[in-house]
Amino acid sequence: MIQYNFTEEQKILIDLIKQIGEEYIKPYALEWDEKEIYDEKPIRALADADLFGIIIPEDYGGLGWGSFEMCLAVEKLSYYCGGVSTTYAASFLGSYPILLFGNKEQKEKYLPDIAKGKKLCAFALTEPQAGSDAFAIKTTAKKEGEFYILNGMKQWITNGGIADIYIVIAVTDPSKGARGASAFIVEKNDPGFSVGKKEKKLGLRASVTTELFFNDCKIPKNRLLAREGMGFIVALRTLDFGRCGAGAQALGIAQAAMEVSLKHATSRIQFGQPIYNFQAVNHTFADMAVKIEAARALIYNVAKFIDSGAKEISGASSIAKCFATDIAMWVTERAIQMMGGFGYMRDYPVQKYFRDAKCLQIYEGTNEIQRNIIARELIKYYK
Amino acid sequence: MEKLIVCIKGVPEPGSVKVDPETHALKRESMELILNPNDRSALEMAVRLKNDYNIELVVISMGPPNVIPLLKHAYALGVDQMVLLSDRAFAGSDTLATSYVLAETIKKLSPFSLVLMGLKSIDGETAQVPPETASLLGIPSLTNVKSLFMEDNKWIAIRETEYGEEEVEVEGPLVCSVSPTAFEYIRPPSLKRLLEVKNKETIVWQAGDLNLDSQRLGLSGSPTQVVEVIEKKIETKGIILEGEPEELVEKLIEVLKEKALIKN
Repeated sequence: MIQYNFTEEQKILIDLIKQIGEEYIKPYALEWDEKEIYDEKPIRALADADLFGIIIPEDYGGLGWGSFEMCLAVEKLSYYCGGVSTTYAASFLGSYPILLFGNKEQKEKYLPDIAKGKKLCAFALTEPQAGSDAFAIKTTAKKEGEFYILNGMKQWITNGGIADIYIVIAVTDPSKGARGASAFIVEKNDPGFSVGKKEKKLGLRASVTTELFFNDCKIPKNRLLAREGMGFIVALRTLDFGRCGAGAQALGIAQAAMEVSLKHATSRIQFGQPIYNFQAVNHTFADMAVKIEAARALIYNVAKFIDSGAKEISGASSIAKCFATDIAMWVTERAIQMMGGFGYMRDYPVQKYFRDAKCLQIYEGTNEIQRNIIARELIKYYK
Repeated sequence: MEKLIVCIKGVPEPGSVKVDPETHALKRESMELILNPNDRSALEMAVRLKNDYNIELVVISMGPPNVIPLLKHAYALGVDQMVLLSDRAFAGSDTLATSYVLAETIKKLSPFSLVLMGLKSIDGETAQVPPETASLLGIPSLTNVKSLFMEDNKWIAIRETEYGEEEVEVEGPLVCSVSPTAFEYIRPPSLKRLLEVKNKETIVWQAGDLNLDSQRLGLSGSPTQVVEVIEKKIETKGIILEGEPEELVEKLIEVLKEKALIKN
């Protein structure tokens, strides 16, 4: 309901995503979800449309835009399928470390292919015993001459197997604790690197999530990002930048859930009238609109705050991610309720939105961890 | 290799069709035009060939100025130059008059290696323009092509026919109409090119720019005269049979036999 003054360029971006959504995603999204299949066609379309280049500087073949446009793209794409947008957004998460911490040589080697969508990225931090407690990672990287040798495993990695470039956080010096980890670029065909089983998920089923194995995985030493010991700084900074994207996904999914259930409520006749006429129903929709618009205003503002070059963005991006993904869960749950039995049936998309939304409260840092970050930043800000 | 030319057409959005009561031709100026869906395959093939052989790609379309957005769409897909053929004198052209204008334009754009078009337009549905244009240019034509590549300076084309596929070797230049099912994947426009296109000039040529014979244009150059346009209406009639169940069965069997839907 709130109109934003998008620039001509942003309007073209939004229109293009709509075209792609209508043609390459909408007719197939329920089938991908039902059969839990990854289809490369929408990703190929996003690549051909230059949409992987949004945040990549023009010098490296991208559009040189910022978080705001990235959020717009992710939001509009998520309206059509949260699974496809997960593949898309996760690739941004995997490209941020190179963008933010890569040296010139690394940027020149990887960013042009990323911008063209020729190579997908993945960000690999989580391990079986290291989820919210990221510092507990056990994967190691030992320097041997001109190489690093990686050993260990990563878990629940989005784009595992379909990505060409993996950003892997591994321990280089266990004696240094949080300062003992480093970030590496691992390529798909590196010796000793392999991809484990594809996970079966509740939602986001059009995206691929796998384990990654490093078995004496040998990579040249120039794959180290930043310096040794910077691993968690790379990871946390990446997440600071990426979180708004998860919030933008929430916006798109919540918007779709509201629209589908609203259409139902205005046409479903019970007691001789559309159920929307009943206050219990229309007030629910009013609350949906309030929450979605508030979340959108928040995401857009935080994205612009990041683009302004602000240094302290952890708190802001956590607030955006936490709020938007929580309201998406609420909206999608209410959307099912507003559709009653129809909402519960897998012939209709709202149950998919509900299942897709659930993951957003978990990945890229659970919303409990987001609250930890917000609380920590709050006390710093008001000290 | 010389340039590759793609001809595209703006067709009315299905459901928005208006017919001129005098000429029985479609009123294109006032309509929302969309890219003829079959032309998408021609554009996709053109862009793939451009990428493979690094050739210049020119798109041409004959129609009122409201086809310009379609030319821009073609640009965003990867076309290098946009040419609009627009003149009141072209109005009411049948396939012959259209092919004449296209052939003269293609001559003006010479030299070229290949002309691609969609198989047929969804409004006229004649599929005549590609072979007619080839004939006027005096060059070979192939219809319903699903794949095309260069080998030893000859084009190798695979055509879809009613009974299977046909592989044809042909020396260019030639005109091909592309099979609507040639590609499983057709690319969307590129964002970078969409951002660029507003600064790109569309070349507009009128009859005078092409030194055309006015007798061969528009209605006077069109031997095909549309005598009448009839909207096809499908009427479904229901019959209500009345009576006792046994009688109804008899009556229903009679009706079905009468319509030869069941055998005696």
